[in-house]
Amino acid sequence: MAYSAGRQFLSNLKNVPRNLRDSVMRHGRPTSDRARTQTVVQNFFLHIHPSRVHNHTLKWTTTMGLGIMTTALFLILTVTGILLMVYYKPSVATAFDSIKDIHFVVPTGRMMRNVHRWAAHGMVVMVMMHMARAFYTSAYKRPREFNWVLGMMLFVLTLGLSFTGYLLPWDQLAFWAVTIGSSIAGSPSEVTDAFGITQSFDPGGRIRELLLGAHYIGEEALIRFYTLHIMVLPIALSVILGVHFWRIRKDGGLARPASADPPITQDGLKPGEAPDKTFGLMAVVRERTPATDQAIENTSPAWPRLFRVEAALTVLVLLITVVLSIWLDAPLKELANPEVPENPAKAPWYFLGLQELVSYSAFMGGMVIPGIVVVGLALIPYLDREDEDVGIWFSGRQGRRIATASTVYGIVLSVGILAFTVKFKWLGEWDWVRNLIGEVPPIVITLFNPGTVFVLAAAAWSIGLLRVTNSTRMAAIGLFTCFLVCFVIMTYFATFLRGPNWDFYWSQADWPVIEH
Amino acid sequence: MTDKPSSGLTGPRFEEPVERRDFFGLAAVWSFFGMILTATLGALKLPMPAVFPEADSRFPIGKPEDFPAGPPKEIKRRRLWVLSDDKGIAVVSTVCPHLRCVVTRHADGTFVCPCHGSRFDATGKKTSGPSPRGLIWKEVSITPDGRLIVDSEREVSSNARFAV
Repeated sequence: MAYSAGRQFLSNLKNVPRNLRDSVMRHGRPTSDRARTQTVVQNFFLHIHPSRVHNHTLKWTTTMGLGIMTTALFLILTVTGILLMVYYKPSVATAFDSIKDIHFVVPTGRMMRNVHRWAAHGMVVMVMMHMARAFYTSAYKRPREFNWVLGMMLFVLTLGLSFTGYLLPWDQLAFWAVTIGSSIAGSPSEVTDAFGITQSFDPGGRIRELLLGAHYIGEEALIRFYTLHIMVLPIALSVILGVHFWRIRKDGGLARPASADPPITQDGLKPGEAPDKTFGLMAVVRERTPATDQAIENTSPAWPRLFRVEAALTVLVLLITVVLSIWLDAPLKELANPEVPENPAKAPWYFLGLQELVSYSAFMGGMVIPGIVVVGLALIPYLDREDEDVGIWFSGRQGRRIATASTVYGIVLSVGILAFTVKFKWLGEWDWVRNLIGEVPPIVITLFNPGTVFVLAAAAWSIGLLRVTNSTRMAAIGLFTCFLVCFVIMTYFATFLRGPNWDFYWSQADWPVIEH
Repeated sequence: MTDKPSSGLTGPRFEEPVERRDFFGLAAVWSFFGMILTATLGALKLPMPAVFPEADSRFPIGKPEDFPAGPPKEIKRRRLWVLSDDKGIAVVSTVCPHLRCVVTRHADGTFVCPCHGSRFDATGKKTSGPSPRGLIWKEVSITPDGRLIVDSEREVSSNARFAV
């Protein structure tokens, strides 16, 4: 007996690799559709995926992979961010030096910091493009309304993560960008000041105190931003991202046009068209059945087609961020100096459009207009409930024409308003206004400035489209396109054509030398 | 609640009354959410600072003799310019009321904000730009031993000079 147990042991030892594999993966190799399904369903890391994907979803033109690339960038940011945390010291005395250490001393530190920065920029770009894709293909329509709202939350969280990360190097760029940003958060004081009630009622001041933990940007602000950047916002983003993915499946996969599925025939299913899927009956509940007036699903197993796409896109964004990081370093200016601002002091590029609006009025440009845009975007699926043409880019030919017209209108409008403002300035500087009513009260500028004129003109365009086309979808396309075009132009304008003292210059070569 | 025996009658006249059991059940559910909400709101009070880390808002800037009538002097660390003429001394904050950048004083005496281009004349009165108001004048006082004290949290109107 002892002898045979010994032999058994040796044979067990020999079979350890195979048995280990079989105990981890309970199914065989993914060679049959059944095993492919099980590969997905029985794997913790894969089971967020559907086991089968609609063929329309896998087409390049459906999503362009933008959501997957955004997620891949978030993963890259998480990994590089944790690595940076190993050396970063969140304190006013050490933050700048620790970033310098990371950049110049720590092995691969420069690469990790650069990748973190490029991935952060990339994620902002991708999240916006993903939103535009979802909008133009009507992917926000019933039953996906709430997933669009979740997407808006993710968009805001992405911007919040970028903004909080901006302070951490504690250099001049960081200090003055956050000075402006936190003052924008405190800009409701502009209104309470106008009514002279700031002494007793100051929501702007409270928000700023909450954000900075003080009345200036120092140790307290740095530790708050650090906590938000590495803990609060990433956790919130991960949770909402999970819900975002989960709802894609609960909402029946990605939006697709009715033509992507053959209509059901009068005789029902034809022979040979029986679904590959099997269903187990768990319980009977009172609900609508998932099957509608459509024939069998036109689907493929997620393994390997979906995973192949995901892997390829992840490699692609990793490659792009690494190549950018080899050639272009993340900037690090001199140590933060609260006495002398950068001139010009510019926010990161995705906030520069906002900074242009803020240079008209802090409260209107920094809080009200962005607030209207975010809430307005989130409400799109509840205001436009036309069900036709879901999953079709621009909802067809009329939508394409309207998007083109709106692009032209948006360009003319934003270039016109910017040119007007640069050439003639605004109410407060016009002599005839001064002669007429004296000094213009600040509240008038807050309510009526180039930013509000733009919003009103865009709204008028959208209402016009609503009347002419008699379609909420077309009005939505008009408004969304207007804002997108305006965002691009404002960002370009503030990045390249605004110089010292926020004055207009055709080229950076014309910038004057600044004396301090 | 789904397995509650139905009277079989429907319509507004036959609404089934809330039973005692249901009432307690609902009360428990609402208590639960009320408690969670209260606890969360209580916890969220923590980040709202009650004590601020700032140093005293009052600080000495020197003796009146240090600021004879003539060209203004800058106290960079305190973000102040001290204006002085025969009417007295005025202390002007260089923090722009728009978004708290520090304004620069040009050779001609005017102030310009580098962040969004607000411009102010030599006494801090706004001439153009997005700032809702002029530069803030700070309160000046004097101690018995003759030192000038500035209170950075107290504002005075922009013609109230401190006569020495």
